Amino acid sequence: MPHKTFFAFILPSLIAMVLFIALPVVSVVVQSLHVEHGRVLVEVENCQPFGGCTTELRVDTAATEALKEAQPLGQFNGFGTYLNRGHLAVDEIGAILASNSGLGDVVNRIYNLPFYKALAFTLVYCFVVTPLAMALGFAIALAVNALPKPTKGPVIFFSLLPMIITPLIGSLILYWMIQPRGIVGATIQEIFNDPTLSLRASPLLTWLSLLAYGVWTNGPFSFVVFYAGLQTVPADTLESAMIDGASRWERIRYVIIPHLAPLATFVALVQLMDNFRVFEPIVGFSAEANATSLSWMIFNDLSGDAQLFGSAGATSVLTILGVVILLMPVLVRTWREFNRKVV
Amino acid sequence: MNLMLKTTVSLGVLGLTAGAAFADCGIEGAGSVRILSNDFEALRLINSTAEECASDGVTVTANATAEHKNLQVPALSINPAEYTVAVVANNSIVPLLNDDLIRPLDDLVEQYGQDLMPNQLIKIDGKTMAIAFMGNAQHLFYRKDVLEEAGVEPPTSYEDVLAAAQAIKDAGLMDYPLAASVKPGWDLAAEFVNTYLGTGAEFFEAGSAELAIDNEDGLRTLEIMRAMTEFMDPDYLTFDANAIKAEYEAGNVAIMNEWGSLAGATIDDEGAAEGVAENTVLAAAPTVGDGTVPAAALWWDGFTIAKNVSDEDAAASFQAMVHGISPEMVAENSGVATWLVEGYEPGPAAVGVIATANGGARAYPMQPYMGLLHTALSTELAEFMAGNESAEQALADVKAAYDTAAREGGYL
Repeated sequence: MPHKTFFAFILPSLIAMVLFIALPVVSVVVQSLHVEHGRVLVEVENCQPFGGCTTELRVDTAATEALKEAQPLGQFNGFGTYLNRGHLAVDEIGAILASNSGLGDVVNRIYNLPFYKALAFTLVYCFVVTPLAMALGFAIALAVNALPKPTKGPVIFFSLLPMIITPLIGSLILYWMIQPRGIVGATIQEIFNDPTLSLRASPLLTWLSLLAYGVWTNGPFSFVVFYAGLQTVPADTLESAMIDGASRWERIRYVIIPHLAPLATFVALVQLMDNFRVFEPIVGFSAEANATSLSWMIFNDLSGDAQLFGSAGATSVLTILGVVILLMPVLVRTWREFNRKVV
Repeated sequence: MNLMLKTTVSLGVLGLTAGAAFADCGIEGAGSVRILSNDFEALRLINSTAEECASDGVTVTANATAEHKNLQVPALSINPAEYTVAVVANNSIVPLLNDDLIRPLDDLVEQYGQDLMPNQLIKIDGKTMAIAFMGNAQHLFYRKDVLEEAGVEPPTSYEDVLAAAQAIKDAGLMDYPLAASVKPGWDLAAEFVNTYLGTGAEFFEAGSAELAIDNEDGLRTLEIMRAMTEFMDPDYLTFDANAIKAEYEAGNVAIMNEWGSLAGATIDDEGAAEGVAENTVLAAAPTVGDGTVPAAALWWDGFTIAKNVSDEDAAASFQAMVHGISPEMVAENSGVATWLVEGYEPGPAAVGVIATANGGARAYPMQPYMGLLHTALSTELAEFMAGNESAEQALADVKAAYDTAAREGGYL
């Protein structure tokens, strides 16, 4: 294809990518380097239906407006927002490392900082849910593949259900089920014979519930991809393996898994990216007390009575960096394989 | 089903046209009224009453949504503003004031506000910036039958509440007699603000945005909040105001701190287990420590008019809203809220809010940086409430989080 034709062909996508991906990312980065203007405060009298009149501080809007016009983006803060307590907390970590009473204390106090608390859950979610969901998906795919034809359709439909429903609704359904009066919660209390056992009360159990939800909702995607992959496994190879006396497990181990390995890379890539942005289950499970994630921090900065755009921007940039770092090994591997094939 | 749907639709249309035919708010001239409000029964009622003002020249639309706080600043920043009326409370008026998005109402009050009472006018720096129409506060709901059975007097302080809870538990009446909306987020922070207000201390150093809760009063507030959790359902950290109302109505709770605006729905005949509604007593919020005022923030709900709209739209909006909160509407719906309107006869559901206000409870603070403190409280108190952190550490965390946010917000 001549370069010109190729360029004309991809131009619309290129424009869309610049408009909808590159520009927003640039704007978020710029935003993250700025903080609000210094507010000019004045004392005024404030009269309310209860409590009569009091003297309180107010923002002097005219003076603040003048500041805004002089610097429309806000005050330049450089990497200040990235380094403050809400994010990387450089000073706080320095203080913790300088004076502490052992490793446990260091870990505890760093975990107390909001960013590291969120990062800890985000990473655990990524690295526990992704492999387990892939294993679950693979197991379902193998099972469905072995089913007689007429039953395959309905089984596939039901296996896909967790993926079809919206994540927020899915998490709410599970949340209601694990309540002490829900079907799962009540059953667990019955099994352990402990009427005070609640999956929502302790951090550990909350984490386990969230991880279980993650595996449940991510499994179907792996299943669909692996099931499609299973249809492409060469029948000849399988047959010859059978003639050579390979058991079902040996066939899976030495024929099917190597055949599906490139697909697994693809699934891992997509799932890691998805899981790093974990958000809905935390809201759905009302788990903010015990588990937060980077996406939840962004949401928290942008909602509520006062919005902090610079802080949300900095967390967003750190999330993007996190995704890049996470995907690096996989990307490097894919890039090498691609190069090998070209040569 | 289809027939049902058609009937409903036609009945609805009939209702609307009938309303328009009888409406007479006497709005002079033309204008467009566009209301943005929170979403609960009293506000929906005001919106639909204001909608009666629609006529040939006047259009009235209303958007009642729980997301109103996130919408209002961007929607009122553009010119002309997306909404002409923003219905606000003590806290949600602050962002609008900070960005100068609402207009002083003194001339409109003079022209169209003859029915308003002086204490409905929210005056800031001598200018009327909002018209309040209802009051609200969290206060005590308790079951008199359970307290009698346990042999304790009705509580008036948090110390009494804890003693009563112990007695109820000891008598084997309930395992978890207390409930409070302490879900991390807005609810948990509001609970701290309520209790701290009861100590009589201030949140900030006078005349600055410097936080001042890192003291004995702050510690006592946290101790009380933590002591209460001993008598709450183990899932307490996931309970918001609606969840504790459900627990209470199910008969699982004997004493709770709940919103006055939910009192009507709690003591009505619907949805409660047997014996709950008729034994419920509404009372002022309890005091804390040696404090003498009820430990609860008083709230008002009111309306404001956007700055970036034409004077014609502003006048039409003001008149429509005055009609929306008219004494006639209040007379017909006196049980729905604690109205701050001329001629309002408090119903049984308003007892608690009025007792709290009469007890001298303080208003929710309106400082420009209060929202930042509320957010800091909402995220940093969770670990303490779960029992994983000391009160000192929790207060230090709140201070650190607030300082970071206030610096970023340009207040420190």
